[in-house]
Amino acid sequence: MDLIRDLFVQGMQMAVVLLLAPLLTGFVRKIKARLLRRQGPSVIQPYRDLARLLRKEAVLAENASWLFRVAPYLIFASTWVAAALVPTFAGGLVFSWTADLIAIIALLGFGRFFLALAGMDVGTSFGGIGSSREMLIASLAEPAMLLTVFTLALVAGSTQLSTVAALMSSPEVGLRVSLGMALVALIMVAVAENGRIPVDNPATHLELTMVHEAMILEYSGRHLAMIEFAASLKLLLYLSLIACIFIPWGIAAPGEGPARFALGAAAYLAKIGIGAFCLALFETAIAKMRVFRVPDFLGAALMLGLLGTLLLFVSRSL
Amino acid sequence: MTIDVSLFLWAVAALLATAVVAVALGRSASASRLVYGATLGISVVAVVMLMAHLVSAPGEISMVRLPLGLPWIGAGFRLDALSALFLLIVNFGGAIASLYGIGYGRHEDAPHRVLPFFAAFLAGMNLVVLADDAFTFLLSWEFMSLASWALVVSNHRSEDSRRAGFVYLVMASFGTLSLLLAFGLMAGPTGGYAFDTIREMTHAPLTVAIVFILMLFGAGSKAGLVPLHVWLPLAHPAAPSHVSALMSGVMTKVAIYGFIRVVFDLLGEPAWWSSAVLIMLGGATAVLGILYALMETDLKRLLACSTIENIGVIFVSLGLALAFRSNAMGWAAALAFTAALFHIVNHSLFKSLLFFGAGAVITATGQRDMEKLGGLIHRMPWTSFAFLVGCVAISALPPLNGFVSEWLTFQAVLQSPDLPEWGLKIIVPAVGGLLAFSAALAASCFVRAFGITFLGRSRSPAADQAHEVDRFSLSAMFILAALCLAAGILPGFVIDALSPITQALVGGSIPPQSNAPWLSIAPIAESRSSYNGLLVFVFIAVSAWGAALLVHRLASRDVRRSAAWDCGFPDARPQTQYTAGSFAQPIRRVFGTLVFHARETVDMPPPGDMRAARLTVETRDLAWDWIYTPIARGIGFAAIRLNRLQFLTIRQYLSLVFLALVALLLVLALWT
Amino acid sequence: MYGNLSFDIAHLLAGGLVLVSFMMLYQDRLYALINTYALHALVLSLSVAWQALVQHAPHLFVTAAIALGFKAIVIPVALHRIVKRLGIHRDIETVVGIGPTMLAGMGLVALSMVVILRITPDADPLAREDLAFALSVLLLGLLVMVTRRNAVSQVIGFMALENGLILAATGARGMPLVVEISVAFSVVIAFIVIGIFLFRIRERFDTVDVGALDEFRGERQ
Repeated sequence: MDLIRDLFVQGMQMAVVLLLAPLLTGFVRKIKARLLRRQGPSVIQPYRDLARLLRKEAVLAENASWLFRVAPYLIFASTWVAAALVPTFAGGLVFSWTADLIAIIALLGFGRFFLALAGMDVGTSFGGIGSSREMLIASLAEPAMLLTVFTLALVAGSTQLSTVAALMSSPEVGLRVSLGMALVALIMVAVAENGRIPVDNPATHLELTMVHEAMILEYSGRHLAMIEFAASLKLLLYLSLIACIFIPWGIAAPGEGPARFALGAAAYLAKIGIGAFCLALFETAIAKMRVFRVPDFLGAALMLGLLGTLLLFVSRSL
Repeated sequence: MTIDVSLFLWAVAALLATAVVAVALGRSASASRLVYGATLGISVVAVVMLMAHLVSAPGEISMVRLPLGLPWIGAGFRLDALSALFLLIVNFGGAIASLYGIGYGRHEDAPHRVLPFFAAFLAGMNLVVLADDAFTFLLSWEFMSLASWALVVSNHRSEDSRRAGFVYLVMASFGTLSLLLAFGLMAGPTGGYAFDTIREMTHAPLTVAIVFILMLFGAGSKAGLVPLHVWLPLAHPAAPSHVSALMSGVMTKVAIYGFIRVVFDLLGEPAWWSSAVLIMLGGATAVLGILYALMETDLKRLLACSTIENIGVIFVSLGLALAFRSNAMGWAAALAFTAALFHIVNHSLFKSLLFFGAGAVITATGQRDMEKLGGLIHRMPWTSFAFLVGCVAISALPPLNGFVSEWLTFQAVLQSPDLPEWGLKIIVPAVGGLLAFSAALAASCFVRAFGITFLGRSRSPAADQAHEVDRFSLSAMFILAALCLAAGILPGFVIDALSPITQALVGGSIPPQSNAPWLSIAPIAESRSSYNGLLVFVFIAVSAWGAALLVHRLASRDVRRSAAWDCGFPDARPQTQYTAGSFAQPIRRVFGTLVFHARETVDMPPPGDMRAARLTVETRDLAWDWIYTPIARGIGFAAIRLNRLQFLTIRQYLSLVFLALVALLLVLALWT
Repeated sequence: MYGNLSFDIAHLLAGGLVLVSFMMLYQDRLYALINTYALHALVLSLSVAWQALVQHAPHLFVTAAIALGFKAIVIPVALHRIVKRLGIHRDIETVVGIGPTMLAGMGLVALSMVVILRITPDADPLAREDLAFALSVLLLGLLVMVTRRNAVSQVIGFMALENGLILAATGARGMPLVVEISVAFSVVIAFIVIGIFLFRIRERFDTVDVGALDEFRGERQ
């Protein structure tokens, strides 16, 4: 019986992230538009876009290979699996032991690997520029993220996300400098990984400034839909990750009643809403940086992660 | 069932006999098929025996002493848990390379320069792992080095091969010299050359320190530890591809075996700083190796450079294991040591696979330069698929095997705040960051390797007319790819198979994994960290397949082929694609100026001038500039100075000899 | 609980100061650098105020007020004006790139951690960590001075260094107000001197790049 309920929670979680991801993208766009005094498209516009793209035929370049057609599904699947393992409204997911935080990062790396390959498949210059820059950004964002994970793991004594979340909601954690550093580093990495301003502009089609959009330039129809969906999922994943680690209050513990689940869901929605609002505000407030300024930005995140880890390594012996 | 060590000696004898037969066969047409068939058979038998040994009696020790070599100790051979693992790696690598060679060897210009040495090389590596006394070990080591050297210069007409052979020979001699001194120190004045005798002796701390450093030089130079790596990107690619696979995938592991055997087994307890040295060298090796690889445009050199990176990762884990062991943290030491051994196994699998893929590309196109390849995924679908699996594995991405060992290494890093030494506390998190950095760069490197070589449009007529390679080569690649996947989704079995070794060498083992629920692995406790490759694989496969099925069913499945969009500027010329050089340009700009003193010069003709604009990139290997060039210059200087000795009178020569004799006698008189 | 929380907050603020020092290393615009310095001073004043509260040392509140008033408001505003009058709001000409500088900063933090934590094994943990952070801030301030060519950013580096000193002093059970006032005065004097100095350089050499001074003295061709 317990197993059935756990499986139900896990299934709910997978469905929730899937359903919520486009809404989040639409919400961020709407707020950005409102902040610029524009009306902006409706918040459910991403769903309509996805439905439209899915129904259209896919146009493939003449020399696109099988990898080009398989990659969207692989990217979508790996992102979805990763997103399904981050606790959103309830902790203690039944499959949470399948992959710890390090593995979740590596799953996102798997998606990125295939996205970068897909960008190079048709053999155009834009695809190459996107892949090359994406890998440059990843080469710094991934270690920064891992060092953040190290910081969390040293505080919690575990790389298991549900254990970390459970510990972070308990009062014994207190205020720690290294956690603050980890939070800042994680936000910087999240901004970079999701291709948001100032690292990349999700709305641009000005060729020389784009990274993510350049890689998927040749995609259309259902393939494009899968990749866009995966991008929304990734944004949701990062917001959920930050929420469940740094503002863990309200997440229902395993084995609690439906009322707590409803509360957890409400708290989750509120957290994601606040996160989306902050993201939109941040994006509206600053300008995109040059590509070769990005390594400095991510280098700072890396340093913060390292500093946080170092502090914990040292203060462990106090 | 215990397998006696003498059975493996028979296998070695059979390999040596094959080498002799190969010499006799000379250039005959069927020679390559016969010889590779024989080595394949022998290696497969050895692998089967080893599997039986590992399944039935993993910790069992079997020894034999032959009346060869030094008359008072003979030649000792021993099979224990550690040597069984490395024998398995050697013989499996040998078997798969032979299988590949059956197909690949057909395209060899001068098979009589390869075949005898191939069998001898396999025999040499087997002997190193089996050796149980210093004399046999050194002799086998040198035999292995020379056989591989002969393979490196097998294509002796090419200037590059000759240069690679020369550098390799110098470095190998230097390595063997270091090993000789190390064993000499360990044996001490009594001359206890048998490993058992050395193991029972207690060494002075100074001796231990010196032996440790000598081992770093000796084994490190063979494995490719920075800054002793310079020969590796020259020599490994110069050999035929299946030999490159053996050198990169297996011989570097034999070097690490030598290091583990001495430092973890024979030497006793090194001081804590030695683990710090190991960890720092490993971290530097990992990052520099992969940055070298990112700058390469030659596919095989790229793979050889990435070997350096993996060696670095292995040495970091070994250093962690040493640090934990010297602080009596048995389980953490076992975790780090398991990570090292797992990565050794993994690297031997995927690096062989990638070299085989590179060999297939060379067979099909005759090109090693990635700038002249491209679009091979259409012409060589099977090879490209196998190569892709290797790329994903080596980039440490789930659900393949490279990720598991990387994950175990990170778990070991996370155990290190409990170490009492301050130096380690600072070094370990920094090196953990370096490891993560090198893993991310590895992904970048292999996106580049696969993307430029196999994707896009072909950049030369040779790449345009490539076709798929023979089925022997393909089957070798697919066996390796399947094993990469198997080790990635069922890591628990591999970890359990490694536990007798960790038990024997670091005095601890991680809890048995293979009976964990759902075949997941949890090296310490499930609440602390766990990973399940099988489920990750199943989840990704099911959701990707399910999504594809649903989309095709419910939405659309129409496909239209059309010209590439490319922002409205499609260009038919493949030259407009991103090249290997341009792909690496951002990384070179960000990290290269610091690490390689990379310098870009743009030669832009003035308007009206019809000359083509040129961008020249110059990167330098600082190890060459700062270490080897001064040494070479010093030797040259000394040689010129000593030149005068060639033109002395006989009386002067005699007085030199006389003075040397007196000086030695004086030393002897004062010493004792 | 109170003791624990007080430790946490002090630790957080001191660590925050190190963080802001890193932010200063990261900035490559003068205005941004000045703003970051203001933040630096703000965090310092918060930290000092917290120490005053915890240690029941009311005179430290004065120190905090000085830090807030002078360093977080007056000096940044004045510096803004100077930069505007000199017309040097362009990029700071960093001598070394930002990446290597940050790496060096990491090394310095690690070094100060090891040094302080090793030589004070039995001191109060609060004071130990505070001292380690203070030394880091001090060294990072020096690093800012070393890696910048521009005289204004060198002034800022110097004042960040001084902030590190104050952090160390308050952490070690307060510092007499006299000393504190003298330190504050010395900073103001240094600030004025350097400010005048800046204009003098500017008048004479038409640049605030201190490299120009080296050239004038014949140290560099």
